[in-house]
Amino acid sequence: MIEWINAVVQGILLGGLYALFAAGLSLIFGVMRLVNIAHGDLIILAAYLGLSTTMLLGVHPFVALLIVMPAMAGIGYILQRGLLNKTLGSDILPPLLVTFGLSVIVQNALLEGYTADPQKLNAGAIETASIAVGGLSLGVLPLLTFGMAIVVIAGLQWIFYSTALGRGFRAVSDNQDIAQLMGLNKAHIYGLAMALALAVTAIAGILLGVRTSFDPAIGGGRLIFGFEAVIIGGLGNIWGTLAGGVILGVAQTIGAKIDPGWQVLAGHIAFLVVLAVRPNGLFPRVEH
Amino acid sequence: MNTVTRATPASRVAMIIAVLALIVLAAAPWWAGRADLRLLGEIFLYLSLACLWNLMAGYAGLVSVGQQAFVGFGGYMLFALAIFGGLHPIVAILLAGVLAGLISVPIAALIFRLKGAYFAIGTWVVAEVFRLTFAQISALGGGSGSSLPVDIVRSLADSRSGREALSYWLALGAAVTVITCVYLFLRSRRGLALTAIRDSEVAASGLGIDIWRTKLEVYVVTSAFTAVIGGLLFLQKLRISPDAAFSVNDWTAFVIFIVVIGGIGTLEGPIIGTILFFLLRETLADFGTIYLMVLGVVAIVVMLKAPKGVWGLVRDRYDLELFPLSYRVNTKPKGD
Repeated sequence: MIEWINAVVQGILLGGLYALFAAGLSLIFGVMRLVNIAHGDLIILAAYLGLSTTMLLGVHPFVALLIVMPAMAGIGYILQRGLLNKTLGSDILPPLLVTFGLSVIVQNALLEGYTADPQKLNAGAIETASIAVGGLSLGVLPLLTFGMAIVVIAGLQWIFYSTALGRGFRAVSDNQDIAQLMGLNKAHIYGLAMALALAVTAIAGILLGVRTSFDPAIGGGRLIFGFEAVIIGGLGNIWGTLAGGVILGVAQTIGAKIDPGWQVLAGHIAFLVVLAVRPNGLFPRVEH
Repeated sequence: MNTVTRATPASRVAMIIAVLALIVLAAAPWWAGRADLRLLGEIFLYLSLACLWNLMAGYAGLVSVGQQAFVGFGGYMLFALAIFGGLHPIVAILLAGVLAGLISVPIAALIFRLKGAYFAIGTWVVAEVFRLTFAQISALGGGSGSSLPVDIVRSLADSRSGREALSYWLALGAAVTVITCVYLFLRSRRGLALTAIRDSEVAASGLGIDIWRTKLEVYVVTSAFTAVIGGLLFLQKLRISPDAAFSVNDWTAFVIFIVVIGGIGTLEGPIIGTILFFLLRETLADFGTIYLMVLGVVAIVVMLKAPKGVWGLVRDRYDLELFPLSYRVNTKPKGD
């Protein structure tokens, strides 16, 4: 029995990481209806930037975030203004195919620069530290990841509803043309949204790299996990994203408990079941 | 007197050239070397995949990044039905197509709930489910895959050159069948409905077209054909593994590049795209990852600067149409 409880608790904590994969995806979809197929590869890019930073400066991966977050945000802003803004419009093909091309470019650039060898970020003692809670042993790193997910999502919620920037996001999301008339620069707002999304991606990438080993090819899988969390939680609901991540994480750890080969498959099946039963996700945003 | 026609002088000339080219290509086992024959076979199978993906994405608006689900399914069904069902490989491949069509119906019922780009990622999830499921089946070699037994391979033809020729003709036949079927479909009443949906979903539904049903038909037929092509691909390779069978790079990324570069939403596009893709590949393949990056850059530039692809540029410049699909009004002077 305790083993199953353990599996559920570990799954909930794993869900924090998936929520971090999903938060950036959810943010940019909310602001500009863009689905970034390269999102997973950008998470892996952040992990590699973290690797280079720790190697060059000899700092702890969490300290490397101070460099990787602004770097990813800068990449996001440039990417959005230089490339992705040109794809936005009523036709869904250009953003889809351009981000797909981008995904292939990032993946192969990483392969060229870092080879296919699996890498890992070394965070020292924190990786194996754990605290005992009522017969369960909770890893400090998974707890930290989950806490980080809550902080990030609360932060995004705050930015969205309590700041001038968030008002800009909501305005261009509701009506681009009127937002422009009110003096907002749509291209700039979109750039900032992507910058914010990729700053979150930087956190996700570093935490992923500390948790497990990574290589250039695993981006697609991370995109899928993030996407599943978004859909399970309900489009447009950022706290739903956390719930979606948790459900996905729990499905995976329970699947792995039954048979190790079932871990990822169980997550996909949970997603398909939610899609069949509640096509709008479990907590869709209420339309006003 | 004005007349409405579909055929143009260019399309008639193209038809004659196509028939001549087909005769020359059908005779390839007598004039091409072993490596060239293999390459040509691969080109025809990619051409088929590109035409099918183009029908789905370019005409029905179903942008899938998960067609590798059906390529792999077709490959695995060939192995399963031939090894355990004792079927002749060609029968097994055709049956694989039927089975793929059947399972694509419940899949469509699920993923058609997702719109646009989310539909795309949904198809990818389905492909991953297929990959992970086949990796669990130990009778088919699990994660490491299996090879087609020698006696099954021998049942195709006795000599190696005979098998290679047969496998080549099957690929050529598949490409001709796919292009002909897509062409006839687009010229039919349903094809007209599909073109209407492509141009405006709202207007099409206002004219009484059942959009969901039309898209479902396209999805099911495309999936069935894709599985047949998958069976042929792995009949050429003689070896299958989950990672090769359900590879998003091999069976979707390359196919998307072919269609985008050639010209999405046209029948000529995939043909031009396939030729360009293989020219690029044969020149740049030695560069490995750089070649894939170049491909990605080319696709992005084409999508931004010339969204109708190479064929779109040619068509706009010269008003050419090799496959007569649109209607033209011929205005003739009076007294004619």
